[in-house]
Amino acid sequence: MYGGGTTFDGAGADTVASEDPGRLQAFEARIALGEKIEPTDWMPALYRRQLIRMIEQHAHSEIIGALPEGTWITRAPGFKRKLSLMAKVQDEVGHAQLLYSAAETLGKTREEMITDLISGKSKYSNIFNYPAYTWADACFISWLVDAGAIVNQLANAKGSYGPYCRALERICAEESFHLKYGHHCVIYLAAGTPQQRAMFQEALNRWWQPMMHFFGPADKLSDHTRILMKWKVKMATNDAMRNQFLDMYVPKILELGFTIPDPKLAKNPGTGVWNYTEPDWEEFKRVIQGDGPCNRERLEVRRIAEARGRWVREALRSPRAVYSMPLA
Amino acid sequence: MTALQELLYKIADDQLIIGHRNSEWTGFGPLLEEDIAFSSMAQDKVGQSYALYQMLNSLGEPPPDTVAFMREASLFRNCQLVELPNGEYDFSLIRHFLFDTAEALRFEMLTQSSHIPLAELSKKIRGELRYHTLHANTWIRQLGSATEESITRLQHSLEYALPYALGIFEPSPYEDELIDARIFAGEQALYLRWQEVVEEVLRPTQLSLPAWGSLTPRLGGRQGRHTEHLAHLLEEMSEVFRIDPAAEW
Repeated sequence: MYGGGTTFDGAGADTVASEDPGRLQAFEARIALGEKIEPTDWMPALYRRQLIRMIEQHAHSEIIGALPEGTWITRAPGFKRKLSLMAKVQDEVGHAQLLYSAAETLGKTREEMITDLISGKSKYSNIFNYPAYTWADACFISWLVDAGAIVNQLANAKGSYGPYCRALERICAEESFHLKYGHHCVIYLAAGTPQQRAMFQEALNRWWQPMMHFFGPADKLSDHTRILMKWKVKMATNDAMRNQFLDMYVPKILELGFTIPDPKLAKNPGTGVWNYTEPDWEEFKRVIQGDGPCNRERLEVRRIAEARGRWVREALRSPRAVYSMPLA
Repeated sequence: MTALQELLYKIADDQLIIGHRNSEWTGFGPLLEEDIAFSSMAQDKVGQSYALYQMLNSLGEPPPDTVAFMREASLFRNCQLVELPNGEYDFSLIRHFLFDTAEALRFEMLTQSSHIPLAELSKKIRGELRYHTLHANTWIRQLGSATEESITRLQHSLEYALPYALGIFEPSPYEDELIDARIFAGEQALYLRWQEVVEEVLRPTQLSLPAWGSLTPRLGGRQGRHTEHLAHLLEEMSEVFRIDPAAEW
């Protein structure tokens, strides 16, 4: 899964001016024709930098995103849910593996990326800085956070960088199962006992604002954003993706008889645009900067896992290690 | 309880509890690849326990969710080895190696069972476990000959885990009956084959096995006597299910 609202590096649009004009023109012409850029192709420095940043944030979001749901693997009620949730969270970790590999093709190693994650230099999707208090929170994530991720990823899969697009195609195929799983869980809560229904309503109340934050604030259409869109790094505006999500999922939530905690939420039938109460963007900024309910805990878990596993990674690099090929 | 049911319960409980422990590595492994590997094995093992509980259900026992999520610790028949907390990766790896070696051999033996549904299921499970032992053996051979730290850690965990591993083979009160009816060739036969394989895998490494005779097996699991860890594990596992066991989740 992954959130939109990627924080792009604002500075550096001017560096495009120092690129070789002939090469830049050829590069832009290829993108305009819908061709994919491959790792060994020439690319502007800004393109490379922004892609690393975006793919890296996506990869981090996958491993950090595994944490709030992962805590419910050991509590999932019944075999069916336990097996499905294990498979789902495993997929997310697998997505991180794919994405780190895609980012490595641009010249930054997985180790460097993990180091930047732990130091706080690199970001990840803001939504995973909120806690999953109950089983219903885990169901909300599996259904609606994954749904938001799909909106974002389907758009990005049409981008210009070949390795990222190919990774996203595989990821989207798996995410569509997650969505079905999450929806199935929520249907059972909706059709269950009053207590089960109340559990999901409470989760919806807790998660609605982070979900609205998920796609990021309205884009400022700067020159910089325009370049990223021309280069097919950024494929749709944050507002367009949020609107698409609301269009697809608000009817499904209401169909299950739940109440969305925003009295202003309504679609303008003339324009097709959803009106809603602006979520608290100051909170969004605060959480991105590290001051959310779970930021410290999430990074601490990652830091401890890295520290505890260091001896294993060092042992693999040891020249004394007898590499044994697993012959299946 | 019949001899067959007792056998199925202990195997199913082993699979469920080790699968649950393996799943706890999700998000915490020393490498992403190990997160993914432990999660795969967890899914196989929990899936195998589910199939075995279904077989018990067809023999008149309660449905799988009820036996897995509603029994008290003292009714579980798993060996104590599988319920121990994951600890550090060295312990999890050593346990995985010792336990899965026994598992793979057990299901290999059970493919010959006179209880046909069990023999059929064992053929399927045997195929899945082949990858689990390949995984364990690969890592044991690599880390067991790499750095001083990796060798020391594995050696320490091996010595800690071995007495518990011997608890896998705690004989059942129905041993003779199972052997006579050709349902299962028995724990002693399994133990002897396991010793051989463990010795063979460890031979090229720098790990050393203590004399088998010097070890005191940690028994009791097969009779429902467990460490305090199992009750905590079950409490966590059934936390949501027990909010309303009659509800559908």
